[in-house]
Parts: sequence; structure tokens; C-alpha cells
Amino acid sequence: MMATSYNAKDEDGRVTVCGPGGGPLLRGKKPENTALKQQRLAAWQPVLTAGTALPALFAVGLLFIPVGVGLFVTSNNIRELEIDYTGADASSPCFSCSQSFSWNSTRPCTCTVPFYLEQPYESNVYVYYGLSNFYQNHRRYVKSRDDGQLNGNEKSLTEPSKECEPYAYRDNEPIAPCGAIANSMFNDTLELFYNDPNGTKIQIPLNATGIAWWTDKHVKFGNPGGNDQNLSAAFQGTTRPVNWRRPVYELDSDRGNNGFVNEDFIVWMRTAALPTFRKLYRIIGKKDNVVPTLPRGNYTLEVVYNYPVRSFEGRKRVILSTISWMGGKNPFLGVAYIAVGAVCFFLGVVLLAMHHKCGNRNGDGDISN
Amino acid sequence: IEKMGRNKKDIRNLVSNLPYEGLGKTKQPNRYFPGNAIKTTKYTLLLFIPMNLFEQFHRLANIYFVCLAILNFVPVVNAFQPEVALIPICVILSLAALKAAWEDFRRYRSDRKLNNTPCFIYSRFTKSRWKDVRVGDFVKVVCNEIVPADLLLLHSSDPSGVCHIETSNLDGETNLKQRRAMSGICISDPEFKPESFNTVVVCEKPNNNLNHFKCYVEKPDKDKVGTGIESLLLRGCKMRNTHHAVGFVVYAGHETKSMLNNNAPRYKRSKLERKLNTDVIFCVILLLSMCLVGALGHFLWLQALPSGPPYLVPDSNGHLDSPSLSGFYMFFTMIILLQILIPISLYVSIELVKIGQIYFITNDIDLHDDETDRRVQCKTLNITEDLGQIEYVFSDKTGTLTENKMVFRRCSIMGTEYPHKENVKCSTFEHALTNSLYIIYILYVSTCFGGFAAIRLAVLGEPESGEDVIPDRKLLQQISRAGNCSGSQEIDPYLDFFLGLAICNTVAVSMATAQRQRVNANSVSLPHIFTSWQRKPKRSRSILEDLVVEEDHFNPPVKKEDFEDTTGLQMCSLHAPSDTNSDNLSYEAESPDEAALVYAAKAYGFTLLNRTPDSVTLRLPSGEDLVFEVLDTLTFDSNRKRMSVLVRHPITREYVLYTKGADYAIMELLVKTEIPWQKNIAAGTQHHLDCYAKDGLRTLCFTKKVVSYKEYESWSVNRQRALAAIDHREELVMDTAVQLETGLSLLGATGIEDRLQESVPDTIVALREAGIQVWVLTGDKPETAVNIGYACRLLEEEDLVINMSCKNKLVCTSILDCTLEEVRRYSEDPRNVDTTQGISLVIDGCTLTMALSSDLQDRFVDLAKRCRSVLCCRVTPLQKSRVVKMVREKLKVMTLAVGDGANDVSMIQAADIGIGLSGQEGMQAVMASDFAISRFKHLNKLILVHGHWCYTRLANMIIYFFYKNVAYVNLLFWYQFFCGFSGTTMIDYWLMIFFNLFFTSVPPIMFGIMDRDVSAEMLLGVPELYRMGQGEYTFSTFWVSMLDAFYQSLVCFFIPYLAYQDSDIDVFTFGTPLNTISLFTIILHLSIEIKAWTVVHWVIMLGSVALYFIVTLVYSAICVSCNPPSNPYWILQSQMADPMFYLLCIITTVVALMPRYY
Repeated sequence: MMATSYNAKDEDGRVTVCGPGGGPLLRGKKPENTALKQQRLAAWQPVLTAGTALPALFAVGLLFIPVGVGLFVTSNNIRELEIDYTGADASSPCFSCSQSFSWNSTRPCTCTVPFYLEQPYESNVYVYYGLSNFYQNHRRYVKSRDDGQLNGNEKSLTEPSKECEPYAYRDNEPIAPCGAIANSMFNDTLELFYNDPNGTKIQIPLNATGIAWWTDKHVKFGNPGGNDQNLSAAFQGTTRPVNWRRPVYELDSDRGNNGFVNEDFIVWMRTAALPTFRKLYRIIGKKDNVVPTLPRGNYTLEVVYNYPVRSFEGRKRVILSTISWMGGKNPFLGVAYIAVGAVCFFLGVVLLAMHHKCGNRNGDGDISN
Repeated sequence: IEKMGRNKKDIRNLVSNLPYEGLGKTKQPNRYFPGNAIKTTKYTLLLFIPMNLFEQFHRLANIYFVCLAILNFVPVVNAFQPEVALIPICVILSLAALKAAWEDFRRYRSDRKLNNTPCFIYSRFTKSRWKDVRVGDFVKVVCNEIVPADLLLLHSSDPSGVCHIETSNLDGETNLKQRRAMSGICISDPEFKPESFNTVVVCEKPNNNLNHFKCYVEKPDKDKVGTGIESLLLRGCKMRNTHHAVGFVVYAGHETKSMLNNNAPRYKRSKLERKLNTDVIFCVILLLSMCLVGALGHFLWLQALPSGPPYLVPDSNGHLDSPSLSGFYMFFTMIILLQILIPISLYVSIELVKIGQIYFITNDIDLHDDETDRRVQCKTLNITEDLGQIEYVFSDKTGTLTENKMVFRRCSIMGTEYPHKENVKCSTFEHALTNSLYIIYILYVSTCFGGFAAIRLAVLGEPESGEDVIPDRKLLQQISRAGNCSGSQEIDPYLDFFLGLAICNTVAVSMATAQRQRVNANSVSLPHIFTSWQRKPKRSRSILEDLVVEEDHFNPPVKKEDFEDTTGLQMCSLHAPSDTNSDNLSYEAESPDEAALVYAAKAYGFTLLNRTPDSVTLRLPSGEDLVFEVLDTLTFDSNRKRMSVLVRHPITREYVLYTKGADYAIMELLVKTEIPWQKNIAAGTQHHLDCYAKDGLRTLCFTKKVVSYKEYESWSVNRQRALAAIDHREELVMDTAVQLETGLSLLGATGIEDRLQESVPDTIVALREAGIQVWVLTGDKPETAVNIGYACRLLEEEDLVINMSCKNKLVCTSILDCTLEEVRRYSEDPRNVDTTQGISLVIDGCTLTMALSSDLQDRFVDLAKRCRSVLCCRVTPLQKSRVVKMVREKLKVMTLAVGDGANDVSMIQAADIGIGLSGQEGMQAVMASDFAISRFKHLNKLILVHGHWCYTRLANMIIYFFYKNVAYVNLLFWYQFFCGFSGTTMIDYWLMIFFNLFFTSVPPIMFGIMDRDVSAEMLLGVPELYRMGQGEYTFSTFWVSMLDAFYQSLVCFFIPYLAYQDSDIDVFTFGTPLNTISLFTIILHLSIEIKAWTVVHWVIMLGSVALYFIVTLVYSAICVSCNPPSNPYWILQSQMADPMFYLLCIITTVVALMPRYY
């Protein structure tokens, strides 16, 4: 009995006086002869040989090339038009608007950009605005928001989080929505007109809902006290962000699209990953199968030019795009698949040739790295 | 004794507590000495957290990670969530703290158990516990009880005042040790009366030396009686074969010798770990340069910006920092962002992997010795991978290469050789077949089984047959002739020789029936005796028939019968009469040589019947029992290399000194004589000794000296004074021994055979094929050593053997230069390139001393480096360690030393890895070692298989860890180029932590424990693989994997980047596919590295991927705004509904892993 208590210490390795010879640890304990303990578990040992490597290469090649072609074709079928309306050029229609501008000017500046659609857009058309050189992913910018407030938390509404500073309070009144992201919200208004060949200007109806994530609109964002409230009362005691012209409860006349659940606002709050980005602005719904959503012809883009981009040498764009199952137009993935497939195939052929040659010479065709 | 008075501080005076019974605490004479309660816990309940933290912060890595965590709270670095950053370090610290707490709790429990163990203290309480024992108490210990404190033995139930203890708890030695009650203190009352004890015990201060103790007792009449370790019962020993004993407590509790020996385990750092640390430093440099790039980039980015863009957030006062200041701050933000480049979990993982590796090593059935039922033992836990890096092996010979089971083979008495042909027959047969090594083993089995079985049988209480010494007929006749002319036996050198054999030793005799405790330890292996018999091949039949034994006996259908037959084996040989009583004897010797000699004497009828400290009882061939009074025993020490016993002959009443020792330690002490026949005896014996050595036998010389009464009296006074001394006791005692051991007259010499262990030659050959140089360092004579060298294939017949032996340094220098020149020329000679011939070096201890001197060291190392094997003979323990140290330091190689005895301890400690063989010579070597094995052949699998595996596994795992972290962190780094170097992460912080802690941590640990790059059979069959495996973890492999990590991170970042360029993707939606892709890449990268997939692999790999998806899906479903500003809500769900996600994952993973796969 005592010996065991001594040996209990021995396991700690502390007690050198406790001889191993007397320890029951060592004696009378033949290791179990099991596959696991003897490290004899049945094992699959993949060995890289020509027999396994070549089929793998060909399989990759044969699989990737069709996928790539499919992706490439899909991407090419997407119609997309980009209109830059920054107005950096003296010749561009928005030049004057872009020149005289500060966040707080009261008089809106409008400009009209004409463009020609060479091909009709058959399916739903997504209208994006694009900004470039805008670092929405800047560490401190990304931080500058209060998710509690945006979720409708009453306490956060009146006491915005410290992260929002210096856009948390204005004149001792809490800002709703607080933070730099909300403060710098994109506020240009874009309208699209179809110039009928007979001279009339038809405004194209732009759908402002359905542009944000469903989960964002219904779970993550919420107005204080619920969406059906009288919003101006709910936001009582708060003030609008510094750069905003209107308070948050006047973003839209539609009750379901106002306040924190305004979809333009939600889209903006989902900070872009890269400095050149686009954000969904409106959707032009497909009317029927006969008439294309946007027929071929002349169009006018009317911009209420509010958003300053000269401070960061940015560009503003409007993008009209149809989309497919793979999203917007991007030929890269298709090209990548085709390229990788082709390289694999080529490599396979080369190795097969080598293997054939070597195999004939010494009968040992293993390809090892 | 006068000296002791001067050094009052080094001693303690103790008196009995009994007269002070019941007095207040301040009146107690021994109150200043600590009590017997022990406390080995490190922490107390209250101080656990601060103390444990303090201890953990001794690790540099922990401080680093805590500093990083603190850095998170500095406002300017703009950490997203400083609290989250604390999680990993807290997890790591609390895991370690939990482990420490659990260990401490176990210690507390075992302390409590020990402290509350009952014991018997005289007259304080009837029943006491260990913790009540105080210095100055009298404690009674009964049989099989454990001694509670260090006791000075005063009384024993044994009439001769002797008691036996088993010290296996202390040093692992299972043989019983004799302790003697202090003589003259307690008048030999049948009952011990502690009240009568009125003396002062003076002893040295507590120290940790288990084998030395100095003490004297001062009686009221100022008479001093000295004693030493022979009267001390150590705490933790077990009382054996004695009904009870009473001792006086001299040391208690933490001052006892066993507690003072509780040292922390040795901490060794493996070579790989040292390399790892340099790589960690490279990682730190990499990290800092990446941070610098980030800081500079941020500065330049800010510089290039025009005035105040809306995305640049000023601080709370609306003030924007200047670009240079922001850049400076950004440096620290980057450190936080990229901190996982230095893997926090690496150190923990390495420890886990090593635990797993050790588990597999200790559970290896091939490293389990059936005979002793011992498995391999890993005593140092963190150098398993060094087993895979060995370049030099230093081995002891006796007990390591050989069995250390000594068998008496030949003897020479008065210059006449008695070759014991009946025994030698086997060994000549052996010599004829030297090259065929298996046969030696077979012969070993066949010739040995008699004695082998006998040992076991003795243990089981069966009649034993003694060692298989078959007496030489001629010698038997001589003895019987000498015995017949009785009365003249005192002059007959033949009788004297055997008396010396039987008396001059320290062998303890115990009756077989007294062996009850040891039966447990050994009975387990009984079945193996039968299996080993059955394995025995038929080839040995001819010899067996010589031994008058039927072949049937060896495949026994009935066990019992076989025992009787084995006994009969001896009975039917020429044998001196012996009755049942003497057959019950079993001898317990400290060295196997002594046992062999006693068995040999027994075979000639000189049976050692009993030994007490004061007497030796011997049975003569005539059947007569003689009781010799033992006056003194001059024990063996390595300086004198001999031992003597001084007895008084019962018939002649002469004082006779029997001395045995190494030939060179004896020959010069012989009585100087001019009588030619005596000179001839000496010369003849010397010749025989040389012959024995050539045959690989261990030799001993026996001498006798008749001491006159006067001489004895004067010597005895000196001796007593020396024994009572406290200062320089050892020297004084040795001087008295040397004083007496002069003018000896030679009786004869013995040759004892020590057989090679099984598979030793195979092991040595395999190690050599594995590129390991094997050195054998032995204390034996060169002839013996060379012979064994050939037998174990350390030296080959066709080898060029350089024999270096010289007397003075000048000669040594020139020989060394010449040989070196010769060897250089030889190795440069193009004709010798293809020959298998190797160079071997044999060097003796004296020459070695010169070669090790600082000016010749380099030349010697240069020579030794070119030799395939080196054999050093006649080396002292100190030289062994010097050789190891020199090779280790000069050649910068990994060394392994293996040995079994106390003389190998220094060598074992000097080497990078010390291996102890738990053999016949006690446990000192095992206790000093890092790994303990029981057979030399186990070295083969331990090094070639486990060493290779442990090293490649750990090396690959470490490289993989670095790769993994770099590949992952670089994703974040590349993103900085697109966020203005502002330190944004696109991956949720929690997921990032989970990624390292859970999703990708288990597979590499499993990889480090279980991967099998080459099967065990292959590694054993092709030892060359071992050397190839040594280069697994080098500078280049590290950087290749770093480059691979960079490439993979580039692919993993830029393919999604290009795919999502100019789209409406947001930060965290961009990060999710990146995270998933890098998980796939990292896991599949490991799959490529894994060489053997078992069920466990599949489960863990697939489990990790499943865990990632489950955890991330659950997390993104419930975290609406739990972790601002990151926004994981419903992201993975929406991604998994998007075919692009899968297409992206596939192509990125394929492109990333393409180069690694091919």
C-alpha cells in the first residue's frame, strides 16, 4: 500500500528516490498487443505514382475545362453597362456639380448624363452605384457603428456606443444612426429615363425594395419600438448625422422602408470589402416576356449630385447589369477554370510521354517529387 | 573526534525525548528539528493563482502572448475587441494551471496518506501516525512495514542484532540489505527499554547521500561508539525478514535522506527544440518586417490621400493624427493583427505530441522484456525526438552487451590450470562457430537453462540445483586427497582456495522459504521458461546428451517432472554430497561475480550456509560445518580494486585474511620472495590469467595472509578509530584496509564467463548500418574486451585494428601522429574506397588519459572519427564521461550512452541521451538515465524505429505548424494592401481564434503522434533509412515550407479577390470563403503530408472539417450583433446557397496545393 503511494509521486517525475524497479508501473504489466497500441492499425498509404497521378491530372483537366467554359459563357451573356458620372472632366455633364460642393450645401445640384443602350436587357436589371477609391474597409471606419442602436435598442439609441465617436453626439444630442459609416452614407439620387424614338421621355420605375439582405432587414436592423411606430416620435431626442440633410425617419415615405430598416441605408451599412465597389441601388423589374426590361435606345440618367468624391479622388459610377446564377459579370472564374484545366491536361500529356519513355527504359515509372 | 568538536556547526546532538515527556513545548530538547509530517505540495489554496501564474511566466512564450494581449487594450492600436484577444492566452494558461492544480492535489492526497500512516512510537501514544514522529523518538517497525523516518537502529528482534531492509522504494534494488543494530548501546535485553537510553547521539547534518552516514553515540561515561550507514534505517525502506526493530529518530520529515533526494526531474532540451527556437526567432523577424511593411504602407497611403476623405475617422475630439504618427501606431496594430504568426498553440501541441509518443514507446510490446516483465521507461519526457538524431553510441560492456550472469568457468590453483573441460566443451564448440552468432545464443540457451531454471526454482521455494558448474575431475580428486589427510587442511592451498572463494565475499544467504515477498515479483515469468525451452532448436542435442539429459525433458508435458529432472542434471554429475538443507539455500549477492564464485565453491562441496556480520558458516566436503568468526570486512572500492575478509579460523585459531581482486591490484602486493617455486606460481598464474582474458573471461586473483595476533591488535585499534571518525572517514577506513593488505600469498585465480546478451551482434551491426558509430567503454582488460568485441561484431575479422597502448606521453604522441598519418593515407587511397574493410581502434585507459589531454585531444578525435568502431578498455567511470563529453563537444554530434551499473552513471549523464539498462547491478544507472530498457537489443527498435518516428513526426508537425500559421496570417496581410494598411480583418475574430484553437489544431497533433512514414519492419530491415531520416528538419525544409505557405496564401487570397473584384461583396462575406478555402488548403496540405491513413486519421480529418462547418453555421445563425463590428450573421448560410462559393473553393484549393502535391 505504501509503495503505491510513493509511486503515485513517481509519476510526477519528482521523486527520484522512488525506484522504478519496485513500481507496479513497470512490472506485471505487459503492454496490450492491440493494433492501436502497437501502431499497427491498418493504414492506407497513398503513394504518388504515375498510375495515380496521371489519371488525377487528366480528371482535373477534363472536369475543369467544361466548367470553365460554362462559367465563361454565362459571364459573357450578362449585359452590363457602366456610366461614370464623377464629373472630373471639364467636358462631362456633372463637372460643375462636382466642383462646387461641400457636404452641407443646401441647394441640390443636378446633372443629366445621356447614354445609349446597344443591346436590349431582357431580364431583371440591377442598378448599382459604384464608388472607387473609397475605403469602406478601413479599420476605424468599419468599427464606427453601433449594432445595438441599429437593431432598435432604445438604450443604444440615446446612448450610442463609444465606437461611434466622434459621430456619437452632436450638441449633446445623440446621433441616430451614429458613427462614421452612417454619416458618410451615399446620398445621390439617380433617376433613369428612356428617350423614346418619338421624343418622349419615359421615367423607368425603379424598385427600391428587395435590394438588402432579407436577414438584415428583418433581423439585424430594426427601428426603436418596432417598425410600425410613428418614427418621428420614436427617434425623439436624437439628431441626424452631421452630413445628412434629413433625419433618419424621413429617408423614405414608405413606412416599411424607413428609419433603420431603409434598404438603401442597410445596403450602405454593409461595408464593402474592397476600395472599388458597387452597391445595389435599385432593381428594374421585368414586365413581361415580350418586351425587354430595357429596350435598345437612348436613355438619360438624372443625378441629384450630393455625394462628394473629390476629397478622396474617387469616381462615381452607375452600373446597369443583368445577373445570372453566378452573380454579376466576371469572366475571371471561367478563365481560371479553363486555364487550370488546360495546364493539368498539358502536364498530364507531358508526364504520360515521359512515363512512356522512362517506363520503356527501366520499367520503373514512378513519378515522385 | 577532536575535529568534530571544532565543526560544531556540521553536527547535531540528539537526546531522547522520553525524559521530557509531558513538558511544555519550549522545554523539549529537540524542538528545533522539524517534525515528520511532510508537505510536498507546491501551492497553497490561497496563493495558488498568483504562484502558478508567476511560475508560468517564467516561460518566455507566455510573457510574449500576455504582452500582446495587453497591447490590445492600448487605445491607439484600435483593437476590435480587446477582451477576445485574451481568450487564447487565458485558455493556455488555465489549461496549464489546471494540470498543475491536479498534480498538486494528488501530491496533497499522497502526503496526507503518508502522514496519517500508523506507526508505533514508544510511550507517547499507543497508536500514532507518521506525522507525530519527532526527532528523538523511539520508533518500532515491524516486518513488512515501511520505515517512517531515518532511524538509528538500536535493537532488532534478531538475536544477532541484524535486520533486513528492502530499499526498492529508494533505489529500486530488490535485494535485501542488512542493517546492524548499534552495538554496545542497548544491552542485549530480549525486550528493548527506551527508558534506559541515556546517551547523546551525535550525527552529521542532514544530507542527501543515501550511502553515507556518519554518527557516534556518546555514553554517559564519555565513551564514544561510531557507526555509519550500516545502522541507519532510511525512511521509505521496507522491513524484511525481521520480526521487529527499534530505532532512534535522527532525521524526520523533509530532512530524511529519501526526502532530500526528491529532486525535480531533469529538464533536457532536445536538439529539435533548440532549432525550433531559432525558427521562432525567424518568425518574429518575419512578423516584425511584415508589421513594418504595414506601418510604412499606412504612412504612404495616408500621405497620398488628399484632404479628409469621409472614411478616415478622426478621434473623439475630431482630430486626425499625422500620417507618421498613424504609421507608428499602425505598427502595433499590425503586431496584434498578425500575432498568430508565432504559433501560440505550438508549445502546447508539442507537449501533447510528446505525451502521445511516449505512450506509444512505453506500450511497445517489442520493448517489453518477458523475462523480467519490464517495459521501456521514459524518464525524461521531452527528448524523444533526439532518439532519431543519434550519431554516436557509447556502450558499457559488462551487463550491457553481456548478460552479467556470471558463470564460473576455469580456475588456476597454485599455478596449475583446471580447465573444467566439462564446462568448456560448450565454449570450445562456441569458438568454432564464432561467426555464426545465432548459434551462440542457442548455445547460451542450451547450456544455461539448468542454472536459469534453478534460479527461478529457488525463488519458488523448489529445491535448487545451483549454477551449472560441473566440477573438474582432477580438481575434485585433489580436494578429496587434501581432505583425507585432515589436520593438514590449514596448509593445503586447495582447501584454502575454496575457503577463500566461499568466505571472501559479501553474499547474503537466505533460505528459500524466506523468499516469500520476492515470489510476487518473479513468478509471473515462469511460463516463459517453458516457452524459451520449447524454442530451443534441435541442433544443441549433442551437447545436451553430453550432459546426460534426455531430450524429452526439454519439452515437458508435465511441469513438475521437469523441475525434478533439472535438479537431476546436477545430481547425476560428479557431485559432492549435499543434503536437502543446503539445497534450500539461495544466495543474494551485490555483484554477480561473487554469486558465481560461491556457487562454484558449493559445487566442490564448500557450501556457504550462513553469513551474519560476525560469522560465516561453511560446510566442508566432508560434511563438517565450520563457523568462522568474521573480524572485519574490507569492502570493495574502485581505488583498491579488491576486497578482503578477515576471519578467525575455528580450528587453528589463526587470523586469516582472504583477499580477492583484479590481478594488477593483487600481484604487486604479493609477499616478496626469492623461492623459485613460489615465483613460478605467480608467473604461471599470470600466464593463466592472460589466457583467460584472451578467452573473454573475467579474472580474479585469490590470496591469503595469516595475520599474527599482535599485528591484528594494533591494526584493530586504528581501524576502530577510523570507523568512529566523522571527517575523512572514507579515506581513513581505506588507509587501514591498505595497511593490512600487504604481503599476500597467492592461492590462485578464477575465470568467470559473462555471456553476450541475445541479438547484441545484430543490434550493433544494425546501428552501424544506420550510420551510428559504436564505441564500447569497459573496465575490463584489453584482451577480454577485444575478444568480446569480436564476438559482438564490434570488430570484424577483416578489420584493420589499431591497438594503442603506451606508457608515456611522448610515445603516445608519436603513435597517435603515425596512426593518424597511416589512417589518412589509408582512407585517401583510392584502392580502399570499395573495400568493406574498416578501421577499428582499441585503446587502453592509461593511453586514453594521455590522449584526452588537451594537446592531444584534437588528434585523438580526428583519429577516432575515421575509425568505424572504438574500443576503450580499463577505463574508469570518470574517463567514460570525459570521452563522451569530448566527442560530443569536439565533433558536435548527438551522443547516446548506454550502461547498467553505477560506474556508467557519469557517462549516462554526460551524453545527450542516457539509457539505463535495468540489469543485475542495481538501479543507479536507470535512475540517472533518460530512458530505461531491459535488454541491449531493445536499443535497436528504440533508436531505429521509435527514434526515427518520433523525430520525423515531430519535425514534420513543427514545420506544418509554422506553415499553417504563416499561410493563414498572410491572408490577413495581403488584405492590408486593399484596406489602406489599416489593420482590418475580413474574418470574424472569434472564427479566427476557433480556427487555430479547434478547427486546425487536432489534425497536426494526431499527425505528430501517429504518422508512419515508413513501417517498423522496413526501418528495422533497412537501417540506412535512419540516417536519411535525420535530415528531415533543416534550415531549407523550414524555408521551403515558408515559401509554400506564402504561395498558398497568395493563391488563397487573390483568386477570391479577382473573382469578387468590383462586386457588391462586403468585408465579412469576402472573408468567409477565404476562411473556408484556407481551412481546406491547410487540411488537405496535411493530408498530402500524412503517409499512412488509419481510421483515426479519417475520423479526425473529416471531423475537423465538419466541426468547422457546424460551429460556423451555428455561430452565424445566432450571432446577430454579438460581436460588433464584425457581422457574421447568416453569411455562411447565404454563401453556401451560392454555387460560386463551391466553385471558388474547388479551384483555389486545387491551385494552391498543386505544387505541394507534385
